[in-house]
Amino acid sequence: MKARAFDYMRPKCVQEALEAFVRADGDASYIAGGQSLVPALALRLQAPGLLIDIARLDELRGLSVAGGHLRIGATTRHCEILGSDLVREHAPLLARAAPFVAHPAIRNKGTFGGSLALADPASEFPAMALALDAIIEIASVEGSRRVGAGDFFIDLYETALQPGEIITAVYVPLASAKTRTAFDELARRRGDYAIVGAGIDAEMQGGFVERMRIAFLSVGSTPVRVGAVEAALTGRQLTPQAIRQAQDVLGTELDPVGDEHTPPEMRRHLARVLLGRLLGRLEANV
Amino acid sequence: MNAFAGSIDRPNSYIGRSVSRPNAKRLLEGRGRYVTDLVLPRMLHAAFVRSPYAHGKIVSIDIEEAKALSGVRAVFTGEDLASICAPWTGTLEHFTNMKSPPQVPLPLEKVMWSGQPVVLIIADSRAVAEDAAELVIVDIEELPALADPVDAMSAAAMSKELADNICFATKLDSGGVEEAFDAADTAVEQSFIFGRHTAVTLEPRAIVADYDPSENRLTAHHATQTPYQFQDVYSRHYGIPEANVRVIAPDIGGSFGMKLHVYHEEMAVVGASILLGRPIKYVADRMESFVSDIHARDHRVTGRLALDRDGRITAMDVDDVTAIGAFSSYPRTSAVEGNQVIRLMGAPYDFSSYRANLSVVFQNKVQTSQYRAVGHPIACAVTECLVDAAARELSLDPFEIRERNLIPDSSYPRTSPTGYQFEKLSHQVCLARLKSMMNYDALRVEQAGLREKGILRGIGIALFVEITNPSPAFYGVGGARISAQDGAILKLTPSGEVHCSISVTEQGQGTETIIGQIVADQLGIDREKVRVMTGDTDTTPHGGATWACRGAGIGGETALQAARKLKANLLAVAGLILQAQPGELDIRADWIVETVTGQQRISLAEVARVAFFRSDTLPPETQAQLSVVHHYAPQGYPFAFTNGAQSCLVEVDAETGFVKILKHWVVEDCGRIINPLLVDEQVRGGVVQGLGAAFFEECLYNEEGQLTNGSLADYLVPMACEMPDIEISHVETPTRDTELGAKGCGEAGTAAASAAAMNAVNDALVGHGAVLTQIPMTPTRILKALGTI
Amino acid sequence: MSGKVTISLAVNGETIEALVAPRTTLADFLRQDIQLTGTHTGCEMGVCGACLVLLDDRPVHACLMFAVQADGCAVETVEGLTHRRAIDDLQKAFHERNALQCGFCTAGMLVSAYGVLASGDELDRDSIRDALSGNYCRCTGYESIVDAIETTARLRRQHMEKEEA
Repeated sequence: MKARAFDYMRPKCVQEALEAFVRADGDASYIAGGQSLVPALALRLQAPGLLIDIARLDELRGLSVAGGHLRIGATTRHCEILGSDLVREHAPLLARAAPFVAHPAIRNKGTFGGSLALADPASEFPAMALALDAIIEIASVEGSRRVGAGDFFIDLYETALQPGEIITAVYVPLASAKTRTAFDELARRRGDYAIVGAGIDAEMQGGFVERMRIAFLSVGSTPVRVGAVEAALTGRQLTPQAIRQAQDVLGTELDPVGDEHTPPEMRRHLARVLLGRLLGRLEANV
Repeated sequence: MNAFAGSIDRPNSYIGRSVSRPNAKRLLEGRGRYVTDLVLPRMLHAAFVRSPYAHGKIVSIDIEEAKALSGVRAVFTGEDLASICAPWTGTLEHFTNMKSPPQVPLPLEKVMWSGQPVVLIIADSRAVAEDAAELVIVDIEELPALADPVDAMSAAAMSKELADNICFATKLDSGGVEEAFDAADTAVEQSFIFGRHTAVTLEPRAIVADYDPSENRLTAHHATQTPYQFQDVYSRHYGIPEANVRVIAPDIGGSFGMKLHVYHEEMAVVGASILLGRPIKYVADRMESFVSDIHARDHRVTGRLALDRDGRITAMDVDDVTAIGAFSSYPRTSAVEGNQVIRLMGAPYDFSSYRANLSVVFQNKVQTSQYRAVGHPIACAVTECLVDAAARELSLDPFEIRERNLIPDSSYPRTSPTGYQFEKLSHQVCLARLKSMMNYDALRVEQAGLREKGILRGIGIALFVEITNPSPAFYGVGGARISAQDGAILKLTPSGEVHCSISVTEQGQGTETIIGQIVADQLGIDREKVRVMTGDTDTTPHGGATWACRGAGIGGETALQAARKLKANLLAVAGLILQAQPGELDIRADWIVETVTGQQRISLAEVARVAFFRSDTLPPETQAQLSVVHHYAPQGYPFAFTNGAQSCLVEVDAETGFVKILKHWVVEDCGRIINPLLVDEQVRGGVVQGLGAAFFEECLYNEEGQLTNGSLADYLVPMACEMPDIEISHVETPTRDTELGAKGCGEAGTAAASAAAMNAVNDALVGHGAVLTQIPMTPTRILKALGTI
Repeated sequence: MSGKVTISLAVNGETIEALVAPRTTLADFLRQDIQLTGTHTGCEMGVCGACLVLLDDRPVHACLMFAVQADGCAVETVEGLTHRRAIDDLQKAFHERNALQCGFCTAGMLVSAYGVLASGDELDRDSIRDALSGNYCRCTGYESIVDAIETTARLRRQHMEKEEA
């Protein structure tokens, strides 16, 4: 399991990285944390001629609050998300999901932007970006653009990123006093990719749901928002009956795929169970 | 009772004492020496091109582009190696009519499983070898794959050398089975599926083969349990005199039975070293391990049990179909597991009518063969699940039904209906101990209380019998050149220390530690003054090494007898120096003392000094023998059986099918315990391998015979968060066949853990209409059994 | 393409200048180029934990990065931790508790343990098991490893309390 030979460069700025990619005529990959890319290279599933290392670019770093958003620099590592007071305060759903991301050593190296760029449907952060309605800032040689998470995830490992583009930061709307969040997943072993997982970001007032976004992981080729379930719950109290109805709606809304361990009906069933459990504890915000 | 007299209080009394392993310190400091670490001058690296198909005809192989790549030194295909390597066939003569196709390092005409090595690349680095492997073009005409064992039984033979796909079939019948079932008040029947799993040692298989043509000498640095077996194999199959073959097994990163089989890759690498006259290193990467290490289990068993109205077992009837891949492995074969399955069935229980049918079947998958607790987990799970099913049928408590059926501790020696001879077992004591240590009655109360709140806990118990200390009845009688004896050399150094080289080997279980304990104990010297060496055919006597639970029982007895021999020699010399009768002297705390008074007379170092450097001061004709060599082969019973009992406590989430393992208990009886710390950790590690099989581990294949989860991310090994704490207790029933009285403990944990887990899950699901009879018990299978999905 | 690259990094406190192929992983660089064979590889895809080393004092998989990426960084392996006696107590606890058998996972276990002990978090058995969630051991069944880390945490806490008192 040795990667094919490649060239390596470490540009000094994003612009240099973008230009290097263009010069390589597409035969290049960016590497940040590398926690998914390196195994793919070792298995020779990917073999770019050039690796462009963007892990150390200052422009891509940092957690800060500005303009009603939490800005998460693309190379912010998972362990930084996990340990950040800013994240806990302003994006509590991310703080809830972070301990479920892989294992400690992976979290020390893997990056938030890298996770979104890969868009593994079984990963926690892409789904949570969706649940948070995050905005993804993308740089290319043509300039910078922003894409909502809802438009970002297109298909399996396919995103709005065009070849050569780099995620520079992710902007998450700030939580309010009304924000209630819940996250959980069902994984065979701690840190494994989950059979199913979900996060909820809601605003609640007096026991009523004012707004709710729910995103699932591991139930399709992309992270999945369940709009019909959200609609069914908006404006309502989270009574056992409402939760049951939401579960029924979910059953018709999801169309999960199977794999060697898990048939599709198992995924659908577990998604229902998980949704019920998360809604059951959402108001208590525990 | 054996003559061993160990008082834990006397000086240098080490037998029975928990001491840490001297050789673990360097492993803790990163100073281990594994084959994986080894670099030799002029060393080259190997990589293989593997078959993408489970079954196919080789049409052509184009190696030209690969050979031309810079840094590639050689590319070998089937003919290159078959021309210098005698084929091998994995059969044993005492398995009547057993058959298997002959094997060569790389295939000549056909590929027989997906992942079979086809072309060997030798290059300056592993990376370049892999680059070259991508350039080889192998044209294979795909043939239909036989993946399902039941289909394979009736399908046309996939090997041209054979008439059908049956490797081995046998029946056991004590008589009276039909009559017993006709007369039974209760009969239970279940069908079981035991998934394929594999050893997943953390260090993969590794070899550095170093052939020196100037001396016609092969040195193989080989990550194996059994250096002598490989010395024999390399010698015979490559035609090198045995004395010219040296196999060195340094630190080994786990083995569990997996590293004692002959693999095509290692044989090919040895051949390549002979052809090139240079050292060649091959380390399987993890993806290769999954498709080329032996797999294990893969059994479909139907079992039934007849009982009378008092819940006493009157008969047992089983049918086992096991699929072993395309070849029977060499030299231990792939039929031993099935054979042990049908012979260990019902072993703890007192009944006489038994019938079994075993079919060992070829298929287009990688070979299965001996892996930790060979056959035990299958026999134990079938037996114990059937006993629990009967208990449910008869409304008997699981402890109660077992108490009624156990072979009484007072009734030994016994011969089982399957022909095994039990010297002395302790089922009743173990079961009673288990019940009290787990606080069974309180657990049942707690379980009932939680059940009212909708929390499903389950308690499962399982009894087991373990095969240890095998005599030549295991392999030798079948014609395999696998030794049942061991040998040791003990040397006194001129400073009065002792060097012991012994044929049993170390893979971390603590072999060297216990041998050191025994030698120091028997000689009466400080443990730190004994240096133990293993794993080198040039420096240790020929012996069986470490497998099937024989290190402590046979290796330990070898060391004990050798130490007594050396002690007699030392006392003889000391007697001459002191002008005393050797019989009146003893060795304590490194001194020759008067046995009765304990008075120190002369230090061992002084005896050594005189004997080595001032032999002129000894009486004429004296030749001090301060090195001894001793061999020991087990005699008496063909195997030393051990026994024990386990319990597992689980909580099942009936909505998700997820199971949390809360706790596990083990009572086991391995005879004389040499080092309780090490025995406990053997048992714990074994239990977790059994729990892995019960809940997580399975090699999943599709209908084309492709392994679909062959990576460490997809094949689920047990990890820290999912495994429970394990409480252990011991009963000691030493064997009288040896002075030491030790039996094995390495399989005990694995033998019954999955059975206890199955019974626990089924106990939790009582009243929910679900019974699990397939492992691993995945959430999906549990929810399917419950009818949820 | 794929010419070698010069890197400079601190390994176990020593500055190393080396010429490496970009495709050489940090694990292979440590093990083969500079013969620090205490770090092992068990899967080469970041799931077994045998190759864990400290990169700028945090545990990372040496198989999941290329040596060129470590240019300018500080890497510490089990050999370095041993040499500067940073884990004497941990190694002693492992030894006494027999928290290793074959020893192949041990360096990774020690690095994970170093990381979680250094975090300053209050450790119980569950949090220790969680910290080891990416470390595979086939031999021990994990309990003895959890015990050894728990013992070390307790002794360090007692030691600190004594210092404060």
